[in-house]
Amino acid sequence: MKDYNFTHLQELESEAIYILREVAAQFERPALLFSGGKDSIVLVHLSRKAFHPASIPFPLVHIDTGHNFEEAITFRDELVKKFNARLVVGSVQESIDTGRVVEEKGINASRNVLQTVTLLDTIEKFKFDAAIGGGRRDEEKARAKERFFSHRDEFGQWDPKNQRPELWNIFNGKKRMGEHFRVFPISNWTEMDVWQYILQENIELPSLYFTHEREVFFRDGIWLAKAPFMAMKPTEKAEKLHVRCRTVGDISCTGLVLSTADNLADIIQEIAATRVTERGGRYDDKRSDAAMEDRKKEGYF
Amino acid sequence: MTATSDTKFSSKGYLGMQLLRFTTAGSVDDGKSTLIGRLLYDSKSIFEDQLDAVKLASVQKGSEHLNLALFTDGLRAEREQGITIDVAYRYFATPNRKFIIADTPGHIQYTRNMVTGASTANAAIILIDARNGVIEQTYRHAYIAYLLGIPHIVVCINKMDLLEYRQDVFEKIKADFNAFVAKVLPGEDLRFIPISALKGDNVVKPSLNMDWYKDTTLLETLETIPIDKDHDMVNQRFPVQYVIRPESDKYHDYRGYAGRIAGGIFHPGDEVMVLPAGMKSRIRMIDTFNGPVDEAFPPMSVTLLLEDDIDISRGDLIAGTASLPKSASEFDCMICWMNQRPLRINGKYALKHNTRDVRCLISHIDFVLNINTLEQIHERTSLAMNEIGRIHVRTTKPLFFDPYTTNRQTGSLILIDEATNETVAAGMIL
Repeated sequence: MKDYNFTHLQELESEAIYILREVAAQFERPALLFSGGKDSIVLVHLSRKAFHPASIPFPLVHIDTGHNFEEAITFRDELVKKFNARLVVGSVQESIDTGRVVEEKGINASRNVLQTVTLLDTIEKFKFDAAIGGGRRDEEKARAKERFFSHRDEFGQWDPKNQRPELWNIFNGKKRMGEHFRVFPISNWTEMDVWQYILQENIELPSLYFTHEREVFFRDGIWLAKAPFMAMKPTEKAEKLHVRCRTVGDISCTGLVLSTADNLADIIQEIAATRVTERGGRYDDKRSDAAMEDRKKEGYF
Repeated sequence: MTATSDTKFSSKGYLGMQLLRFTTAGSVDDGKSTLIGRLLYDSKSIFEDQLDAVKLASVQKGSEHLNLALFTDGLRAEREQGITIDVAYRYFATPNRKFIIADTPGHIQYTRNMVTGASTANAAIILIDARNGVIEQTYRHAYIAYLLGIPHIVVCINKMDLLEYRQDVFEKIKADFNAFVAKVLPGEDLRFIPISALKGDNVVKPSLNMDWYKDTTLLETLETIPIDKDHDMVNQRFPVQYVIRPESDKYHDYRGYAGRIAGGIFHPGDEVMVLPAGMKSRIRMIDTFNGPVDEAFPPMSVTLLLEDDIDISRGDLIAGTASLPKSASEFDCMICWMNQRPLRINGKYALKHNTRDVRCLISHIDFVLNINTLEQIHERTSLAMNEIGRIHVRTTKPLFFDPYTTNRQTGSLILIDEATNETVAAGMIL
C-alpha cells in the first residue's frame, strides 16, 4: 500500500489552518494580534494559506508600545501593503496620555504590562470577538495549559481553573455579549518548529532576527538594546556587538543574543545547540515565578 | 557555519519527522511526572534555565535527588498542592519523531481530564506501580484508552528498582493486565515495558539491571510505533468548515469548500454526495495555497471544488458515494460527563458534531458505568461529573456520522449547556 505519511510540520500546519478557518466561521469580528515577531508573521502566512485565493478575512491588530525597533515597524507596514491586509493600531502612548494607565518608573520600567489595558480597550472599541495570537504552549509553564480557544470574561480575564475542556478537533466558541476569545492556532508548535517552518516556507522576517551590529548592555544575564528611553545604571556600559533577536517585542524587555547567524539554516543550528529557552531572554518573565500566569489572568496576550 | 556532530537536528532530518501524540495516565504516586521528567531530561529536551529553576526548587523542597517531577508542574495551585489538576501539554523531539504529551492526572475525580487528553492521542502510556500491581485505577485507565479509541497502548511497569528488578514481578503484572483487557481491549496494539523512571531504566537508555528484558525501551517504542494507519483511510469524509468566495475579478466564479479531510483519500474526478442535500457531484479540483493536488488524505486541510453548482454551507458533509455515512436524528452514544451541573434526563443541549451545530434532547440513560469494575448501573436518571454512561440522543436535524470505532472524527461530538455555554460532555457515537 502507498505510504500516506504526513510530516510533523505538515500536520502542525494543517491543524493551524483548521483553527484559523474555525475562527473565521464561528466569530463575527475576529482579529489577528500582530506583534511584528516571527510567531505572528507565521500566523499571517498560515492565514493566507487558509483562505487562499481570497484575502485574509480579518484585520491585523498591532498594540504599539511606542518603544519599538524601527525595523519591526517598517516590516509591518510593508507586509500589510504586500498582502493587501487591513491594519488596526492600538497605542500605549495614547493610553498613557488619556490617563488609562500610568507609566512605570525606575530602572526596570517597561511598557509591556501596560499593553494589556491598551489591548483590552482596542478589543472593546472595535468589538472584536476573537483575538488570534501566536502564543505557544512550549513558551512558558502557564501557557502549557492554555486552550486553542481560550475564553475571556467581559473584563478580559482568563480563569485557568475553569477552562472548557477541548476534545478532538471540536472547538466551542460560544459566548455571551461582551465576552471574547483568544485563539492560539500554533499552540502545539515549539520554537524549533516555527523556525523550521519559516525555512521550509521561505517566509520573510525582519532583519532583527539576523545578526547585526547594535549598541547593547548587559543586565541580569541578558543583553538589552540601548535606546533613548532605556534608563541605564551607572555601572552599565553600552558596547557595540554582533547580536540578533530570538523574540521581537517591546525594546525594554526583548533580550538579544550574541550571534553571527545571518541566515535561517545557521539560526536553526544555533537554536538546536542552545540550552536556554526562548523566554529565558524575556525580561518581563523574570519578575516572579508566576509572572506570566498573573499577567495572563488579567488579559495579557 | 556547518552542523557539528553534537547538534541534535540536521535541517533535513527534522523536516521529515512524524508527529506522535500520546497521553500519560497515572496518579502522583505512580511516578508519572517523574517519568515525563525523565523522558524530557534524558532526551535533552530540558533547557538550562528550566534545569536551574528545578534544581533550586528541589533544594528548597529538601529533595535528595533532582526532582524530575517539577519539570511538569504547570499552574501555581498545582505547584503549591503538588498535584496535576488539568491537562498539560509537553513537547519534545528526538531525531526520529516529534512528540506531544497530554499529561493528565490519574485520579477518578479527573476522569474528564483523562478523556480530554485521550481524545487526540495516537498512543497511551499506562503506568503501574510494580509494588501494587494491577489495581482499580489501572482498569480505569485501560478502559478510558479503549473508550477513546487510542490505537496503541504501552503499559509501563514502574519502580522495578524497588523490587530488585525481578522478572517474575513483571510477568505476574503482565498476566493480570492481559486477563483484564481480554474483555475490553481485544486486538489492540499492546506492549509492556519494565522501567524505573527514577533511576532511568528502560526509559531512554536500556536497563543494565534487567537483562531478561530484550525488547525496546520506552523512547524507542514511541519512536517506532507505526501511526500512518491510525486514520480511517477507506471511507471518504469531508466536513465543510468554511466557504471560500474571493471578492476579486480574477476568481469571480471561484466557490471552494474549505475543510480538513476526516476520512478516506480524495482525488479529482471522485463521485461524491453532499449531505444533507443528497445531491451527487464530482470533485473538480482539490485546491491549496501551493496549487491543486492529485490527492488528499487525513488530516490534510484543503479546499474542494465541485463540478456542479450545489448550495453547500458550513456543517454539510461531502462523502464518497462508495460508502455513505449513517444519517440519523436519533442514536445511542457513550458519553463522559464533564460538568458540575449533572446531566438532566429530557434536558436540551447544543450539540457540535464536526462542523455541524444542532440542538438535542437526551431522552434516555441506558446505563451508567462503574469504571472501576465495568459494571453497568441501570435505572439512573442523571449523570454526574466524571461519570461515563450510554445515552439515547434525539437531534433537531439529522447528523451524518460513522461509529466512533470506525472514525474518531466523524464519530465524536460534544454537548454544550446553553445556559452557561460550557462544554459539558464528550460523546462517542455507537
